[in-house]
Parts: sequence; C-alpha cells; structure tokens
Amino acid sequence: MTEAGVEQKLSSGTNAPSIKMKGEKVSVHYGEKRALFDVDLDVRENQVTALIGPSGCGKSTFLRCLNRMNDTIDIARVSGKITLDGEDVYDPKIDVVELRARVGMVFQKPNPFPKSIYENVAYGPRIHGLARSKSELDGIVESSLKKAGLFNEVKDRLLESGTGLSGGQQQRLCIARAIAVSPEVILMDEPCSALDPIATARVEELIDELRQNYTIVIVTHSMQQAARVSQRTAMFHLGYLVEEGATDKMFTNPDDKRTQDYITGRFG
Amino acid sequence: MVGYLVVLLLVLAAAAYWIGRTRAIASVNGDVARLHSLPGQHGMFLALFAAGPALLAILLWSLVTPGIESSIIADRFSSELSGMGIPQVEAFIRDARAMAFGGLVGFADPTKEAAAAVYKSVHTTSTWIIWAVALVLSASGFYWAYSRIAQAYRARHVVERVLRAFLIACSVVAILTTIGIVLSLIFESLRFFQQVPFYKFLFGTHWSPQSAFTGAGAEAGAVNQDIFGMVPLFAGTLLITLIAMLVAAPIGLMAAIYLSDYASKSVRAVAKPVLEILAGIPTVVYGFFAALTVAPYFRGIGESLGLNVASESALAAGVVMGIMIIPFVSSLSDDVINAVPQSLRDGSAGLGATKSETIRKVVLPAALPGIVSAMLLAVSRAIGETMIVVMAAGLAANLTANPLEAVTTVTVQIVTLLVGDQEFDSAKTLAAFALGLVLFCITLTLNIVALRVVQKYREQYD
Amino acid sequence: MTDAISSFGAVGRPVSIHTDGAAKARLKGRYRTETWFKWLGAGAVALAGLFLVLLLSTIVTQAIPALRQNYLTLPIDLSAAKVDPAKLDEVNYDAIAQEALAARFPDVTSRQDRRLLRGLISTGTGVFLRKDIAADPGMLGGTVDYAVPVDDFADLYLKGLLADVGSDEAISTSVTPSKTSGDIDLTFGDDAMLALARGRGATEGENGMLTLTSGASSLLVVFNGGTVKLTALWPGPSGTAVAKGTVIEALDSTAPAASGQAFLRVIDTPEASRKISDKEIVWLDTLKSAGQIESRFNSIFFFTGASREPELAGVWGAVVGSFLTMIVTLAIAFPIGVSAAIYLEEFAPKNRLTTIIEVNINNLAAVPSIVFGLLGLAVFLNFFGMPRSAPVVGGMVLALMTLPIIIIASRASLRAVPPSIREAALGIGASKAQTVFHHVLPLAMPGIMTGTILGMAHALGETAPLLMIGMVAFIVDIPGGFTDPATILPVQIFMWADFPEAGFQQKTSAAILILLLFLVIMNAIAVILRRRFERRW
Repeated sequence: MTEAGVEQKLSSGTNAPSIKMKGEKVSVHYGEKRALFDVDLDVRENQVTALIGPSGCGKSTFLRCLNRMNDTIDIARVSGKITLDGEDVYDPKIDVVELRARVGMVFQKPNPFPKSIYENVAYGPRIHGLARSKSELDGIVESSLKKAGLFNEVKDRLLESGTGLSGGQQQRLCIARAIAVSPEVILMDEPCSALDPIATARVEELIDELRQNYTIVIVTHSMQQAARVSQRTAMFHLGYLVEEGATDKMFTNPDDKRTQDYITGRFG
Repeated sequence: MVGYLVVLLLVLAAAAYWIGRTRAIASVNGDVARLHSLPGQHGMFLALFAAGPALLAILLWSLVTPGIESSIIADRFSSELSGMGIPQVEAFIRDARAMAFGGLVGFADPTKEAAAAVYKSVHTTSTWIIWAVALVLSASGFYWAYSRIAQAYRARHVVERVLRAFLIACSVVAILTTIGIVLSLIFESLRFFQQVPFYKFLFGTHWSPQSAFTGAGAEAGAVNQDIFGMVPLFAGTLLITLIAMLVAAPIGLMAAIYLSDYASKSVRAVAKPVLEILAGIPTVVYGFFAALTVAPYFRGIGESLGLNVASESALAAGVVMGIMIIPFVSSLSDDVINAVPQSLRDGSAGLGATKSETIRKVVLPAALPGIVSAMLLAVSRAIGETMIVVMAAGLAANLTANPLEAVTTVTVQIVTLLVGDQEFDSAKTLAAFALGLVLFCITLTLNIVALRVVQKYREQYD
Repeated sequence: MTDAISSFGAVGRPVSIHTDGAAKARLKGRYRTETWFKWLGAGAVALAGLFLVLLLSTIVTQAIPALRQNYLTLPIDLSAAKVDPAKLDEVNYDAIAQEALAARFPDVTSRQDRRLLRGLISTGTGVFLRKDIAADPGMLGGTVDYAVPVDDFADLYLKGLLADVGSDEAISTSVTPSKTSGDIDLTFGDDAMLALARGRGATEGENGMLTLTSGASSLLVVFNGGTVKLTALWPGPSGTAVAKGTVIEALDSTAPAASGQAFLRVIDTPEASRKISDKEIVWLDTLKSAGQIESRFNSIFFFTGASREPELAGVWGAVVGSFLTMIVTLAIAFPIGVSAAIYLEEFAPKNRLTTIIEVNINNLAAVPSIVFGLLGLAVFLNFFGMPRSAPVVGGMVLALMTLPIIIIASRASLRAVPPSIREAALGIGASKAQTVFHHVLPLAMPGIMTGTILGMAHALGETAPLLMIGMVAFIVDIPGGFTDPATILPVQIFMWADFPEAGFQQKTSAAILILLLFLVIMNAIAVILRRRFERRW
C-alpha cells in the first residue's frame, strides 16, 4: 500500500478498493505552454472517478494521458509517471496499442464510424483478433450492446448506419464499441455534453451499471453529474489538482476554498 | 491606324477626367463639401462618357469588319470565284487578306493581288468610318455629360452603376465561353452528321478519315460514311486512361496517405514541392519524355523478354500520363482524407487500433465517396489530355486491348484532323468537332458527377 | 499491488486477454502490417520523386550539349576577285566558304568525297557570311579567318554523341606502306594486329583472311602524316601481318614507320550504325587537332528563329511568340477574371443566375484544353475571321482557358478578407463600391496576383489549344506584333520533338529547359508574393 492508499483507508474508513491506475507528478507541456502541473491522482478499481473543474483546467489533458491519447498530438510532452496495475504506461516497453485496448475511451462528441451499428461494435474485437468465429463475434456485439443498454433499441437494425442514430444512442453505441474490446478501464471525456437531459440520464444510469465490471474515469462539466455517478471526485484548477476525495465529502465538506467556490457556482 | 484612335480616346478620357473634376469644383466655387459626389467621381463620369461609347463602337467594329470586308471581296469577285467550292473561296480570301495586311500567303496570283488591292481600299474606307464614328460619339458623349455636371448631380451613382454593369459583363464572359463552346461544337457536329449519320459515327468500328473521299474532282463531295466509326478511338482512349489510372491511383493515393498521416515535417517539406513540380511540368514535356525515353525503354524491355512492343505502345503513353496525374490524384485525395474528422481517428485510436488499421478500416471507407470522385476527376483529366498521346501514342485506329500495341485516342485524332492545311468544310475537319463534342460531353459528365459526389460527401461532415 | 486485480473481466474471459501470449503474437502481426503499409506509402512518395528526378535528369543531360556549338575557322578569300564589293548581293557566299574548306583538304578530289566534305559546314554559312560582311565591310579585300558553324552531325560527333572513338595508341611494331594514296597495302612487323582485328568484329575468311566490313569497328592507322583505314588483314610471311587499306589522308612518304611511330585509332561504333563516316571523322579530327575547331556558347540557339537545320534552329522566335501571347492573355484574363470574382464575391445576389455562373466556372476549369482550341478555331478564326497563327488569337484562347483559374483564386482571396474590414468601411458611410475598391481589393491583391501568376504559368505551358489555331506553322521570322504569324515555346518543343534529325533532340531538351526556367521564375515570384504579403486573419 502506498501512502495515498493508506491515507485513503484512513479517511474513508471502509475496505478501500485497490488502485487500478496511478498518476505520480504528471506534467504536460503543449509546446512552450504547460498544461498540467505535477498531478498525483489514483484511480480505484470498479469505482467511478470524476474529474471536475472549470474549462481549460487540465482535466481532459490528464484523462488523455491515461491511455496516451496525447501521443497523437505532435507538440504534447508528458512527464511524470502513470501506472496501470503497477506498470508504467509511458515505459517504451509498453505497447500503446495494447494499452489502449486495456484502457478504452469514450469521447465528448459521439463519433460512431460511418459504418453499420454491428460493424461499429465489431470493429474493436476484429482489429484485436478477439473473436475466433463469426458466432463468437456476434456474441460479443450482442453482449456489448446489451451492456450499453442499446440492444433492444437497435436489434432490428444492426446493419443500418451508426450515424443514423440519435445523439444519445450514438454515445451509447460508442460506449458499446469501447466495451466490446473488454477494456479494464474506460475513460469518458464529457460523454454527455452533447446530449439532451433524457439521453444524459440514460447514459448516467449506464455508467453506474458499468461500474460493476469496469473502472471508470469521467471528465464532466456538470457538478450534479459528478455527484450522481461518481464515488470519488478530483477537482482541477489551472493545471493543478486542487483536491481529491470521496464524492460525498467533496460536495458537502470540501477542504479547499476553491472547490467550495466552484461547486457552489461562484466561478467556472 | 485604329490603335492610334484607341490611344487618342484614352488621352481624351484622361483629359475629360481632369476637365470634369475642375468643372465640378468650379460649380461650387471650390467648396467641395457642397457637392453630392466627389470631384473625382465627376471626372470619372465625364471620362466614361467621353471615351466609353467610342471604345465600345471600336470593339464592335473590330469584331464585325473582317466578316463584312470578306463578304464585300467575295461579292466583288463573284465571277472569278463562281467555279470554286467554299473551301477554295475561303483560301482565296485568306490569301488576299494576307497579301493586303501581311501574313502567310498560300500562293499568289493576279486575281488575288487585285483582290488584295480592293481589300486594302475597303479597309481604308472602313477605318475612316470608324474614326469618324468614334470621334462623333466621343464629342457628343462629352458634351452631354459635361452639361450634367452640377453641384447636386449624382455622378457617383452613375459611375458605380456603370462599374457594376462592367463587373456583371465580366462574370458573364464565363457563361459566354461555355455557350460558345457548346454552340460551336454542336453547330459543326450537326454539319458533320448531315454527311455521316451519327449512329455510324458513334457505333462504327472503322476509323480512317484520311481516305474520306471516294470520288475525285467535281464529285469529291461524296463521303465514305463507313470510315468515321469512333469506337476504336474511344477504346484506345479508355485503354490509355486505364493504364494511366493503374499507375496514378495507387501511387497518388498512397502518397497522399503517407504525407497526411505518416510523413515527418521534413519529409513533407521535400515531398510536397516534388509533387507540385510534377504537377507544374507542361504536358508537352511529358510527351517528349514518353516518346523519346519511355517508349524506346519499354520496347527494349519487351525485346529482351521476346515480346513485340510497338514503338508507340499504349503502355508508354499510359504510364507517362499516369505519372502526370499522380500529383492531381494525391492532392485531391489529400483534401478528401483531411476532411475526415479527427474525432473518427481518435475514436479508432482510442480502441487501440494501429495507424494503418485506422486508415484502412475507418478513414478510407469514410472518405470513399471523395476518393471515388477524385478518381473520376482524374479519369476526366486523362481522357482530355492531349499532348502526351499526340506525341507518344499512335495514329492508326486499332481496336485492341493489348497495351503493347499502338492505339489512337480521341484527342490525337482531333489534332491530326485539324493540324496542317485543311479546308474547313470537309467531313474530316467537321469530324474533329464531332469528336470534340463527344469529349466535352464525357468530361463534363464526369466532372458534374464527381462534384456532386464531393458535395454530398462534404455535407456529411459539415 | 498487481495481485489485487480480479482475474476475470467483463465477458467472462480473462482480463489478460490483451496481454497474454496469443495477444502478443497477434500484435506482432499487426505491427508487421503497419510497417508494410507505411513503407508502401513511403514507396509511393519515393516513386513520385524518382519519376521527377528521372524526367529532369533525362532532359538536363540531353540539353547540356545544345548549349554549345562547334565552329570551324577557315581562311576565307574575300578578295575583289571573289567578292565584288559593288554586287554584294549576287555573291555565292556558300561556295566561297566551301572552296576554303576544299583548299584545306587538297587530297579530296572525288565528287562524292567533295560533297561529303562540304557537308561538314552548316548550310547557313553563306547567310552568316553575307550578314557579317554587310555589318563589317572591312572584312573584304583579302583573306580573313572566319568561323562558321559546323553541320549538326559534325557538331554531334565533336560533342562525342555520335561515335565512340578510342584514343590513339602507338603500334609497337614497324609499319610499311606500299603507296602514299589510294588503296594500299600495309605490312606490320608482327601479327598482333590480327588478334586485335578479330576482337573488333572482323569477318574470318579463308587462309586466315580477316575482312573489316562496315559492321565492324573501324581501325585507322595514323602515321607518316596521313591516315589509312584498314579493310582487310591476313598473316604475312615470318610472323608479320599484311593489311589492305584505303588512304583517307595522304601519307608523306612510303618510308616504314618504326615501332612506336605509327598509331592505331579505333572507332568502336561500327560505321554502319553511326551517321557519320570514317572520312568525316578523320577530317574533323584533323581540323580539331589543327586547332581550327572551337566550341562556343550557342548564340544561334538562343537568339534566332526556327529552322529545318538543327545547327541553325533557335528558340528566340518562339520565346517572343510566347511573350506576345502571354501579354494578350494577361491583358484579357486578369481584368475580366478579377472583375468577375469581385462581382460574384462582393456584389452578386444569391440567385439562380449567380449559382449558374458559379457552377459554370467550376466546370469550365475542368474542360479539356483542346476543347478551348476548337472554340478558338470555330469562333475566332472562322466566325470572326481573325488571322491564323497569330499571338492575339492564341492569347484570347488561353485567356478563356485561364479565366476560371483566376476567378477561383481571386474569389478565394477576396473571401479571406475578414468581414470586419467591410463593416468598418460601410460603417463610416462608404458606398459598396468604395468599400470594395478602397479596402477589400487592396488587401486581397497579393492573393489575386499569386493566383494570376500560377494561372499564367499554366497557360505558358499549354500546347494543345494552340495547335488548333494554327500556331504550329513553321515560322522562321521573329514575330514583330500581335497579328504576325508566330509560334510559342511549347509548340516549338512539340514540333522539334517530331523532327527526325538527331540534333533536334538536344535542341528540344534545351528548349524544354528554357520553358521550365520561365515556369520556375513565375512560380518563384508567386511563392515570394505569398510569403511576403500573405496575411493570416
């Protein structure tokens, strides 16, 4: 157990879940500009961790570090250490493809591929070679869609284009697409920001259900959403991690003045 | 002579500008703020009316006089010309004009010299007429406009309205060009189809217009209709286009993919100019390269393999045309590939796909309509390309699918039929226009389809 | 901490599905595909680069020889007996130059050989001589050393492009001739020459007879101040070799040449497969070693008009034609194109007509250029009766072709001017026209100029439409005006590429280089304009 773990145990007082991912002194530079300052944050297994904070505070940047999506940005430079099950994900020995298979991602704007619903979900298992037969692939697609709570809505039109679905359905399709790869961690970057309230509620429900099997990190703009879906919350401001702790404590009795101000709507 | 007139009018316009300005200022005793329009606008107004109508008259005159003069000559010499066919009359007039004003003279004879003298005197008369007309127009325009200039006169509105009319006229030039193309192609093609039925032209499989006439002398009008079948030309064009696309499509597409997704900045800094240079090289240079380097090279390879490669093989022309089209394909594909939203690439990468998996399974399928339309535009370009095939492809219309043989194309035949001394009315030259019409229709259809597909595709992501 | 991970994941398979051995193996395969794909792309780019290098290097290597021309300096007799100063126009200057050349080789007597010898100098010699005498009458009255351009084949040979000639090698045995001229016998001190002839493609006959036909390399023996071409060899008595030969240049004497005094020159390319005979080669080599041949900068090529003779052909006429044509194109396409762009971008209401014009312009940009040629032929030449082959017509056709390019580029650059500029001007009460002409247009001008230059570069390289309006005619004179018959650089290239003479191949490449040079300059100006003035809003 690390110090953070011990501290966590003390503060929550219950049998804390083990730590799945861990960031130590994570800093990110975009060219000359520094976007993240020495962030230490743990992600606990089978819990939802919410990252909150005003725009441009670095929460999405941190999220994208967890599965090295920042690699796709030429000017981004990451320092510090991030581990997945104790392995440094920025270790040159670690393969980024394998990492992303284990740490899936759902994006802000639903981005289904311009393919059929079936093909969207089957894409991940196909490229990773997870299914040995057509029937096994069918099984993965069906169970993923079911877990994403989408199966009943689309079961009759699996071969229609994924871009034809409504926004909320598209986002759940993207979640199903991520689940189909059997990741261990799912990262969600403001998954509901482009959705209407009803679709948002549906996705939030889904996130809560998914917690049984996956570790989830979610970036959100909405404090209510963080309060509703997460067990733990981390507050970012201007690239610094301000405060981190159990969600109920954060929303009732935060340690930091800035957190207090933010959740009460004084800024952000 | 008329050149001096134009210069004179321009000088007059400059003077009118100054006069108009001065008068406008004088009309308010120097208190310029009381004028409705600026003094300069009054000057412009006066200049426009002093020179504009006269310049328009000169433009009109220079467009119509050659025709009028020719018809006067033809009329004056009708007895001498009565025995001749239309082409000979045209040649006669052409020579007479050349003798009168300088130019290439076919051959001279006394009648032509007489005609040239008449030409000269007619031309002198018409020049005097235009001088008079232009000066009268200029003076009256100046007088009218000068009398208008006053404190409250809205010279700016007039000037801006004329300007606007000029701008509209300029935009209409593009439409006039299209109309000109369509009308001239259709008109000449109709004359061709009067001599050769269009089904024989479109579906005939024999093409040898060099032996167009069955009879001779006075009977020379009888056209052998069976030698104007364009199927072999069309087949040849398609064969060369196919070879060109087999070269250009994969190389152009892969180059675009590599440059947009893989290449480092320094590689891109070298490769992009290389493609731009390839695109900027004139086609006649490619033609020279094809005829003098590539064709003999392929022939040599063929010989060493025991194959008989024609020295003007479709393969050489097609390959070089393919090289020419590579930058075209790659720049269009580049646009299309970059139009695929980054979110799709992120989505794929977020699932753990490698770069090539993302490209092959997400980007390319998503960009497919755009790529298809890029290829259509490239095909259209290849079909309309002229110089490479004129220099490197053959003249004989073989109906074959063997790339090692010589084939001919639509554009090659247009050039062959129209270059050199031809009478303009023969079935041969008219056939070139019929071929031009076919070429225009095919490329236009391909372009319209391609632009539609691209538009639909753009809408998908906008 | 790793022991805390649950070993079973979502779908009931081990979580390590992404990390187990099978996954690693799959990953390896995927990366192999990735590498392949990447190299395929790199290969495509490399191939495009290779094509460019191949094309340019072919043209440059062919063009370089054309930049120089060999001149032969001859003592030409311009005394009053030959050239009557009062009747300069009636003199046959060609004959005078040919006499001077014949006097240089008094041994050449047969009609056939005299004709061959005359062919060494250009057929344009007389014209040059007449012009130079007219310019400098001081040349008259005596014998002057005058440099005349050599004929194209002679020129190509002197540049080493027609035949491979080895250097002279000393013969390490004595050589004895039987006579000094005509067909003679040579006796070599040993039989080394026999083996050499065998190696050079001699035909083996009876009794060891070796015949050197025109299909074999030419063997020339140079000694006693003359040159003998060997035609046959056979073994002589006591280890010697005897050869039959034809004297090309007479020998001084029949004295035997000692070992090392005679030289063997081998022309590797057989006489039958080159376009220059042994005799011409010997004459040229003689002239060259006498210092009478000089390679000069090829001013004929750069500063004269076209010709059917490769050594007299120049590009200047075509350059001037291109220049005149481009002036017309620019004068028409630039104002009309920019005006149309201004109207469509700034003034036009969004209605059907505007849409039609826009679609029309886009389609016009993709119409094959040859169709514009057909338009020019049907409308400008036949309907309006304008002169054939004239730069004014060529310029109009190219202007119509370039118009869409200029309009599209100008519109893009007008669109790039931010609306705030227009609003600012309109806000202080400027009229729409004042706004556009005082504020928007000046800001858009660099972009418009760049587009125009690129459009003009495109027009400069265009060939096909100009073939249609007769600019392909063979025109020797330099055009002096817009209605004079003219040809243009790309068409000149096209015509020269079609001429069978080997000399034209180099000229064509050199003309291409000149064309490319103009294009490079225009593109460089466009790039500089873009760099200097382009603003990002």
